[in-house]
Amino acid sequence: METIGTDVVIVGGGLMGCSAALDLSRKGRSVVVLERGFVGAQASGVNFGLLRRQDRFLPQLPLANRAVEIWHRLENVVGEDCEVEIRGHLRFALDDEDMAVIEDYAAGAREYDFEIEILGGETLRRRWPWLSDRVVGAGWSPDDGVANPRLVTPAYARAARAAGADIREEHEAVEMTHDGGGFRIVTQNGLEVRASIMLNTAGAWSYHVSANFGEPVPLTAIGPPEAVTEPVPYFIEPTIQRVGSPVVVRQVQRGNVIIAGKPRGIADNVTNRAYVAPRSTLANMRKALEVVPSLGSLNLIRVWSGIEAALPDNLPVLGPSLTTPGLFHAFGFSGHGFQIGPAVGVVLSELAIDGRTETPIEPFTMGRFADYEGEGSDA
Amino acid sequence: MAMDDPRVVVVGAGPAGVRAAEALVKHGLRPLVIDEAPLSGGQIYRRPPPGFRRTTKELYGFEAAKAEAIHRTFDGLTDVIDYRPRTLAWNVQDRVLYTACDDVVTPVSFDALLLATGATDRVLPFPGWTLPGVYTLGGSQVALKHQGCAVGRRMVFLGSTPLLYLVAYQYARAGAEVAAVLDTAPFSAKVRAVPKLLSNTSMFVKGLYTMAALHRLGVAIEHGVRPVAVEGDDAVAGLRYRRRGEGEVRIDCDAVAFGFGLRPESQLADLADCDFRFDPVFHQWLPQCADDGRAGEGIYLAGDGARIGGADAAEVSGELAALSLIEDLGGGPGDKARSVELSRRLSSLVRFQAGLAGAFPWPADMARSLPDNAIVCRCERVTAGEVRQAVQRPLGGGCEINRAKAFSRIGMGRCQGRFCGLSSAEISAAAQDRDISSVGRLRGAGPVKPIKLATVLDE
Ligand SMILES: Cc1cc2nc3c(=O)[nH]c(=O)nc-3n(C[C@H](O)[C@H](O)[C@H](O)COP(=O)(O)OP(=O)(O)OC[C@H]3O[C@@H](n4cnc5c(N)ncnc54)[C@H](O)[C@@H]3O)c2cc1C
Ligand SMILES: Cc1cc2nc3c(=O)[nH]c(=O)nc-3n(C[C@H](O)[C@H](O)[C@H](O)COP(=O)(O)OP(=O)(O)OC[C@H]3O[C@@H](n4cnc5c(N)ncnc54)[C@H](O)[C@@H]3O)c2cc1C
Repeated sequence: METIGTDVVIVGGGLMGCSAALDLSRKGRSVVVLERGFVGAQASGVNFGLLRRQDRFLPQLPLANRAVEIWHRLENVVGEDCEVEIRGHLRFALDDEDMAVIEDYAAGAREYDFEIEILGGETLRRRWPWLSDRVVGAGWSPDDGVANPRLVTPAYARAARAAGADIREEHEAVEMTHDGGGFRIVTQNGLEVRASIMLNTAGAWSYHVSANFGEPVPLTAIGPPEAVTEPVPYFIEPTIQRVGSPVVVRQVQRGNVIIAGKPRGIADNVTNRAYVAPRSTLANMRKALEVVPSLGSLNLIRVWSGIEAALPDNLPVLGPSLTTPGLFHAFGFSGHGFQIGPAVGVVLSELAIDGRTETPIEPFTMGRFADYEGEGSDA
Repeated sequence: MAMDDPRVVVVGAGPAGVRAAEALVKHGLRPLVIDEAPLSGGQIYRRPPPGFRRTTKELYGFEAAKAEAIHRTFDGLTDVIDYRPRTLAWNVQDRVLYTACDDVVTPVSFDALLLATGATDRVLPFPGWTLPGVYTLGGSQVALKHQGCAVGRRMVFLGSTPLLYLVAYQYARAGAEVAAVLDTAPFSAKVRAVPKLLSNTSMFVKGLYTMAALHRLGVAIEHGVRPVAVEGDDAVAGLRYRRRGEGEVRIDCDAVAFGFGLRPESQLADLADCDFRFDPVFHQWLPQCADDGRAGEGIYLAGDGARIGGADAAEVSGELAALSLIEDLGGGPGDKARSVELSRRLSSLVRFQAGLAGAFPWPADMARSLPDNAIVCRCERVTAGEVRQAVQRPLGGGCEINRAKAFSRIGMGRCQGRFCGLSSAEISAAAQDRDISSVGRLRGAGPVKPIKLATVLDE
């Protein structure tokens, strides 16, 4: 059996695990990342790519703002162009009631240094004439945008490896123990890793890790439905999102229009398959047409989804374990972890090194589930 | 699972679907038959549009009698089945088939689903294959059979498949100039396959007849060639190719028709959760189904959509799968004696197909030696070099074909990898010096063919 000793062992090579690995390596810590499959092949690699802050839980904004700062200079951070495009995010309303929701949110966001500009229907249609006449107003956040999820996490992993991290793909952590002195992790193919710090970034499989250390969580696997059209000349620059009956539309520069919405589909974290219900595809197609009517003649060519961890309050767990010193959790991002991912990595790195972070993360404490005794969704 | 009024759906009204529907009706069922084409008949027995006046003999040659029988059978069923032409089956989930016609989606729940979806050409790219004037063999045949038009005046036929000789012959008979028939397989492959091919003497004789007829017409036939490139700026002007052990040859032409056998249209089987395995004889991933068509609970596969077997096998397997379905529905023992007889015929036809696969091998080396700048995925304009790059990049799992897709965009376009899937797997396997079966296959996703965004749901 090969044995490695390291400062930090990271279980799960998604965006959270790989961005933490990069920051830790650059700060001189030795790191081993164990990834069951391939880095960035699960939720982090198949998501919609939306980097939006509007509509986030307000106390999450400090984390999200920190992420914006990293996204804007991502190419310098990871050394690869990940198709980051900061072209703004429009959250719009079709009636006054929904408009009030947007205005309320903007007022709250200001407290967290996030400025949302309120635009009226006239202004919107002058600037983006393809928007439906029915749009009455929107919140505009020009510093938000998109990135290509397929490229981001592998780029982080390559940068981390270049900085010294030991990244092991096709290594599944199957035995995990803590014996006062530190952690001992064994993989399915017989690698033993010993470390004083451990990060649980195992995505929709994280509760195996947390339950193993006496912290079961009511985690479920969800599959947000995504759909994409054939390519047409680029015209939808910002990402657009409707309040109330959620649908999000964006166009990639090469031409395809991507549509995301609800309801979340079934994802199976045992067989590792995610399904998109044809009815939800049709419903989201219709909703997209309500806001950009000219898309009607386009063909839809493909749908997809992924396996995302969700918690009952739709907020992640981010912070120390309450049972095991040296263990930190980051999971349960409930459909919105991509945007905050780069900041989560840095926060995890700070927690691992200093045991604390400047970024407020109290709302994401594991303590929310201290009374939970059941098991995760696939148990 | 005995049921009073089971809902049985057949997708495809080619020879397999027609024989299946006939057997279902005979056993008292009233199946729903869905086909995206406006008329029944499938590929080989495709019917011309209304108003076209060519005789069945002119259209179907040797197979005229079989074509007439299939058409007559289906026309006799239309009153006792629920036939929905011009209707695409685009998704299947939780025992519901989603169909679309005129931009209206109708979900159809079923107790048993029989997929008889046929096949398409199996494509292997070479430099210039995306130039206007280059067609697949099947495509050029459809133009001729369905519309009565030729895709070129002076044509080169290229590839490795029995259709190569057949389509060249059909074009020659229709009056096109056939500049050359270029078979990528060495003649020795055909000689070696003779024992297996003799399992179906009449088919074997028809094949020989076609080759001899081309010869009589003075058409040059070459074996063991490799295409170098199609020439031309915005249309085909010629083809450069290499003969075995010799230098390059250039031939003038204004159209090229090429093909390397067929691949099943197995996307619906994929969405219905059928298992897939790599079949070394047919050199592709095939949905797993028993010889009697059973492919999972309530799912049956027949015809070329399950395994390339040709039209006769399609008829046999269609009826056989229907008998299995009837038996499973509990409507009696089916017809055991008939099933046994059909199974026997099917295994002989399958043996013949295995012989054909040997006589017309897939030239995997063409993918391996494809220049970096040649396009592999035409929908997304992805080159062979980009596939190789995706594979060779460290971390992220580009070694697996779905990951290579994530990085290079192969198979992400309108055709969803139906045409580039196998060749990009071949290129990616070669770039890693691995066996093709180890790189996996592109996972299926709905819709199996594009649907309009303005499509509405009807319930
Ligand atoms: C379809 C979809 C669309 C989305 N759209 C957006 C969006 O537009 N914007 C946004 O902000 N967020 C979005 N999200 C959410 C976002 O993608 C996720 O929150 C985020 O990627 C989670 O990252 P992660 O690293 O925690 O998880 P993952 O990327 O799933 O990584 C976890 C990794 O852990 C590995 N692992 C698990 N168990 C073990 C083990 N025992 N040993 C070793 N490895 C293990 C897994 O193989 C996996 O690679 C979307 C998610 C999905 C699925
Ligand atoms: C282009 C082409 C040309 C061929 N020419 C010859 C030839 O000349 N001689 C020969 O012996 N063999 C030929 N073949 C082989 C031929 O496929 C078989 O011999 C025979 O047609 C197979 O019968 P089948 O019933 O399995 O499928 P097919 O005859 O292909 O019938 C399948 C039917 O299913 C329908 N269908 C498929 N998917 C869907 C969907 N998702 N929704 C709705 N409808 C659907 C199609 O419209 C089609 O009508 C050809 C094959 C191709 C692809």
